Amino acid sequence: MKRAAFILAANPLTLVGVMLVMLVVMAAALADVIAPFPAHRGAVVDFLNFNKPPGGDYLMGTDVVGRDLFSRILYAYRISLLMAVVVLAIAVPIGVTLGLMAGYLGGRWEYGLMRVTDVFLSIPPLVLALSILGVLKPTLLNGMIAITAMWWPWYTRLVYNITRGEKAEGYVLAAEVTGASRAHVMFREILPNCLPAIVTKMTLDAGFVILIASSLSFLGLGVQAPTPDLGSMVAEGARYLPDQWWLSVFPGLAILVAVFGFNLIGDGLRDILGGDR
Amino acid sequence: MTALLDIRDLRLSFRLWSGTVEVLHGISLSIARGERVALVGESGSGKSVTARIVLGLIQELRGARVSGQVSLDGQDLARVSPKARHALRGTDMSMIFQDPTSSLNPVFPILTQFREVLARATPGISLDSARDRATSALHEVAIYEADRVLASYPFQLSGGMNQRVMIAMALANRPKLLIADEPGTALDVTVQAQTLDLMRALVASHGTAVLFISHNLGVVREFADRTYVIYRGRIVEHGPTAAVFGNPRHAYTRALMAAQPRLTGGPLPEITERDPAFDAPAEVHS
Repeated sequence: MKRAAFILAANPLTLVGVMLVMLVVMAAALADVIAPFPAHRGAVVDFLNFNKPPGGDYLMGTDVVGRDLFSRILYAYRISLLMAVVVLAIAVPIGVTLGLMAGYLGGRWEYGLMRVTDVFLSIPPLVLALSILGVLKPTLLNGMIAITAMWWPWYTRLVYNITRGEKAEGYVLAAEVTGASRAHVMFREILPNCLPAIVTKMTLDAGFVILIASSLSFLGLGVQAPTPDLGSMVAEGARYLPDQWWLSVFPGLAILVAVFGFNLIGDGLRDILGGDR
Repeated sequence: MTALLDIRDLRLSFRLWSGTVEVLHGISLSIARGERVALVGESGSGKSVTARIVLGLIQELRGARVSGQVSLDGQDLARVSPKARHALRGTDMSMIFQDPTSSLNPVFPILTQFREVLARATPGISLDSARDRATSALHEVAIYEADRVLASYPFQLSGGMNQRVMIAMALANRPKLLIADEPGTALDVTVQAQTLDLMRALVASHGTAVLFISHNLGVVREFADRTYVIYRGRIVEHGPTAAVFGNPRHAYTRALMAAQPRLTGGPLPEITERDPAFDAPAEVHS
């Protein structure tokens, strides 16, 4: 703990990142408690208070059917964070395992896996996700599937490159000579040496997953109404610009805060973990 | 008496796009129990590759063609199943390397790595008994502050310390054969000499046979009972170390000896890349 505190004190921007991310996580976790109008997460209509500018009972104003924007943003964070966690929890283990196999086993494995990875990486990410969602129904689950499908190849490539380098290290040969199995060499010897890079990338990616998920729902291919989602809120609000500016500005800022926070942590981790090996 | 390690007419070639490249042209070599045998030669002569064939690492490469016989303790390694060959590694045979620091995984403390080595012979060894055995193994290599060393990461220890840790690990499972591939070349000369003395005393007391691979003639002369000189994938001369060094008969061996740096200084002759005399048949000292 002391060490962590020391490192954070030396990297004030990382500390800002940690605080922003904690803010987002708290907002999502405590949405039920904080939100002034918890019911507004769903299909509620309150035409007495529609299109109210920020102020008074409504911190960030209300939308076109009178729902409290602040409450909806808190609940939308839940969706965003869930998205980031699920996508990374599936994409990272798959990508890392394939990267280790391609890098360590070499030969046909390397050729096959890396060409498949190249194919995935050659398609612009958003286009890939859009086409997957175009075929499937646009739901939260399918959104996760689409983003996961475009995400794992980055980890395969990252881990593949590190593995190629580590494979030439003496300790890999030493392990082989001592009779370690291939699985042992890959997961117990090489993988721990890849972890700093993987953790750094995961932190950076958490922000980008939120961004991409928001982009998809901005285009109407993510979470469907009435579930609150930052991307679709921006999209809806954009129709009423510039008069009801708060409808898109606040969800947009909410995305910014989350992505910015994760990026600051990621950059900090890169400096911290990269430096002392 | 049967030899512990018996290599007969070992040939190795790699199949490449451009055809087949033969690397070893029929190597024969034998090591008796507890004997220290050196294999000397210049870079690229096939020393390390021979060691890796003994360990069964080359055979697993695609495109490698190995023929000839390699038997350890009477078992023909080409005939035993890959599983049985795998079981020999780390138990009956072990190896130490040029650069001790990079041979240890940087992200684990020494104890963790020691335990994995011990687990090769004693599966599921408990942490406590691994610690006990590691401590006594480290005592043998003159490391008396075992607790601190076992808790350290490799980069926290000096090169000489890591080298001794490697030796302790390599001998921890009481192997019959230790392959030392230019051990300590990455270390400075005094440390290298110390660790070699230590290693010699240890293998002598354990009765471990050693295949010592080196291009350092001075070290070989000190360390080995018998010496094989290898040139371009062929053994050109072998015999008791004293005889090979005292009375080198083969043209290549003589050229190699002449190229040794001397304390008195002076320029060194260069060994010509190819010389018909170098391809003369092997000289054997009885």
